[in-house]
Amino acid sequence: MLEIQNLAAAIGDKPILRGIDLVVPKGEVHAIMGPNGSGKSTLSYVLSGRPGYDVTGGSATFDGQDLLEMEPEERAALGVFLAFQYPVELPGVGNANFLRTALNAQRRARGEAELDAPAFLKLARAEMKRLSMPDDMLKRNVNVGFSGGEKKRNEVLQMAILKPRIAILDETDSGLDIDALKIVAEGVNAQRGPDFSALVITHYQRLLDYIVPDRVHVLAGGRIIRSGGPELALELEANGYGAIVDAAA
Amino acid sequence: MSDSITTETIDTVAALAEGGYKWGFSTDIEMDMAPKGLNEDIIRLISARKNEPEWLLEWRLKAYAAWLKMEEPDWAMLRHEPIDYQDLHYYAAPKKKAGPKSLDEVDPELLKTYAKLGIPLKEQAYLAGVEPEEGARPQVAVDAVFDSVSVATTFRSTLEKAGVIFCPISEAVLSHPELVQKYLGSVVPAGDNYFAALNSAVFTDGSFVFIPKGVRCPMELSTYFRINARNTGQFERTLIVVEDGGHVSYLEGCTAPQRDENQLHAAVVELVAMEDASIKYSTVQNWYPGDANGLGGIYNFVTKRGACRGARSKISWTQVETGSAITWKYPSCILQGDGSVGEFYSVAVTTNHQQADTGTKMIHIGKNTSSTIVSKGISAGQSNNTYRGLVKVLPKAEGARNFTQCDSLLIGDRCGAHTVPYIESRNPTAKLEHEATTSKISDDQLFYCRSRGLSQEDAVGMIVNGFCRDVLKELPMEFAVEAQKLLAISLEGSVG
Ligand SMILES: Nc1ncnc2c1ncn2[C@@H]1O[C@H](COP(=O)(O)OP(=O)(O)OP(=O)(O)O)[C@@H](O)[C@H]1O
Ligand SMILES: [Mg+2]
Repeated sequence: MLEIQNLAAAIGDKPILRGIDLVVPKGEVHAIMGPNGSGKSTLSYVLSGRPGYDVTGGSATFDGQDLLEMEPEERAALGVFLAFQYPVELPGVGNANFLRTALNAQRRARGEAELDAPAFLKLARAEMKRLSMPDDMLKRNVNVGFSGGEKKRNEVLQMAILKPRIAILDETDSGLDIDALKIVAEGVNAQRGPDFSALVITHYQRLLDYIVPDRVHVLAGGRIIRSGGPELALELEANGYGAIVDAAA
Repeated sequence: MSDSITTETIDTVAALAEGGYKWGFSTDIEMDMAPKGLNEDIIRLISARKNEPEWLLEWRLKAYAAWLKMEEPDWAMLRHEPIDYQDLHYYAAPKKKAGPKSLDEVDPELLKTYAKLGIPLKEQAYLAGVEPEEGARPQVAVDAVFDSVSVATTFRSTLEKAGVIFCPISEAVLSHPELVQKYLGSVVPAGDNYFAALNSAVFTDGSFVFIPKGVRCPMELSTYFRINARNTGQFERTLIVVEDGGHVSYLEGCTAPQRDENQLHAAVVELVAMEDASIKYSTVQNWYPGDANGLGGIYNFVTKRGACRGARSKISWTQVETGSAITWKYPSCILQGDGSVGEFYSVAVTTNHQQADTGTKMIHIGKNTSSTIVSKGISAGQSNNTYRGLVKVLPKAEGARNFTQCDSLLIGDRCGAHTVPYIESRNPTAKLEHEATTSKISDDQLFYCRSRGLSQEDAVGMIVNGFCRDVLKELPMEFAVEAQKLLAISLEGSVG
């Protein structure tokens, strides 16, 4: 279970998150929506440990463990995964090598046996097939020369292989065509189960037709200003953020 | 990758990777050492110890006379305390009873040394005379240079059957004097440059390889160099000659024990490729780079040059340089034969206070000659890394082509990377391309890797290996794996 209490964070002396309260119970999928610049990506970075943010107050725990005290790689081994809004290119680093090294680093940290190359390839190929990704994506360098949609799909592939316990998907739907959106949504839904939870950041209600969330939260000005069921997303789609933001002010 | 040698190599290297420089030990073997200093008498002593013929002594003395008149070059982007050439031992050899005839006679200390060096276990087995398994991958023959005298040479008989000569050069001087006399100094003349002249005067040992007409060497030839005696300058001399249509792949790997005083190393490597011959020369250099404060470390002043004498001959240099306090090294190709090909693939890593000024010279003389230069420089800490390359096209080199790619990767903001390309073209039909980039490992890249579970150091290692991929893929398989590991190890602690 992810528990965030009164979390505040700043970049330099600029406060961005101003007291976030959010609980994502085991097995649930929550959506976060909100205007541009409201702090959605910042929240996902703070949860996954990106350097450069000062946590100025509050707490964030996963299954009782204090996330904020951990290195990014320790959070990853614990089961936290971030699908980046802007996936990073790694020239010269093969996708398969990258993924296997990452998977084995996590497995090592958890005291599990490492996967050898054939076992890994079998796993990777199966997941790629599910995501309708061509095999040669494994040979290509991580995100280098990938189209916007391919990058997003590659993030979902990483999630499928690393099998996190909580996935934060930061606008994974942006830039996907209709078919890709369905495939990616199916990829996420395939992970759903009692030991998987997700925080799905999106601007579009359409994604939530495919990944039906348990809860929807509106993040604005660094705070969660409203929460509700899936119908909240429809309301936002119809009316925009204006009324809700005004009501919260 | 499932090759057992590869796994063993990784294990060995990993086992050695426990903080600081992993190869810092010295071997306790009785030494036979000349007094410090350099003069004609010392040269006569070296020559006498090796029972050399008169012509070689004359050659040495001439080189010495030339050296006396020369000045240490100062054009490289390198800084160091003046070297006191009189404060070095120019000859050191393990004391021998009668000279080891078999490996049983080799000092066990020496074999232990190889183990610590991380020489792959199978190669150690070769050293110990164990027969290779049926259907094993291409065999590797090791000619181990321990200080100044080669004490162990393996697989000589297989090679002999193929007509290949692979032995210490001191031995070749006695067993094949006509070959040595014909080619020694024919690519790097005795008075070529300050360090080459010094080497010619006092070289003590090195390898000699001769591949006769039409022979593809049945195994990769490998030499592990190692500097051992305190204050002993190392002056290796390697000569590789491949006759028409022959081929050889030669691997050179080096490590050195930890020392506080700087040690001078001035090797010379000469390659000769005749018609349709090809030579692949691969180096992984990991000598002691000095400590974090820049104390100690090897001064590595090397002259490496290959002559593509025959038409369609090919010489390919691949180097991974992670060690030494100072590296001064420009493996070069003289492309004399029409249609001959020269290649230079280089990774040079500098950390802490290391300095590297390295690159290549491609001299296009024959028609339709082509050359490729791929240089990857990685600087971290307060180090300085310079690529210095010359592409020269002479008037008769109709249709010459060169492609140069120089990439620098900076880690941190106190290090320096410099690219100094010289291009001299005297033939208008020549096509020369040059590309250069400088990049940094970005925080975004590091975080992306870490968010997937990689440690900071694994992330750096992965990104650096990616940066070097075009070079590493030129290395023979097990060497590439060792080199990858070495890159990661040498950059440990350089980020964050
Ligand atoms: N490095 C930085 N320096 C200064 N301000 C920053 C920095 N990074 C983010 N910000 C600011 O923090 C605020 C929140 O940004 P964030 O990326 O979290 O928004 P977001 O909700 O993800 O927006 P979008 O929907 O456009 O992706 C923005 O005002 C942004 O300009
Ligand atoms: Mg965002």
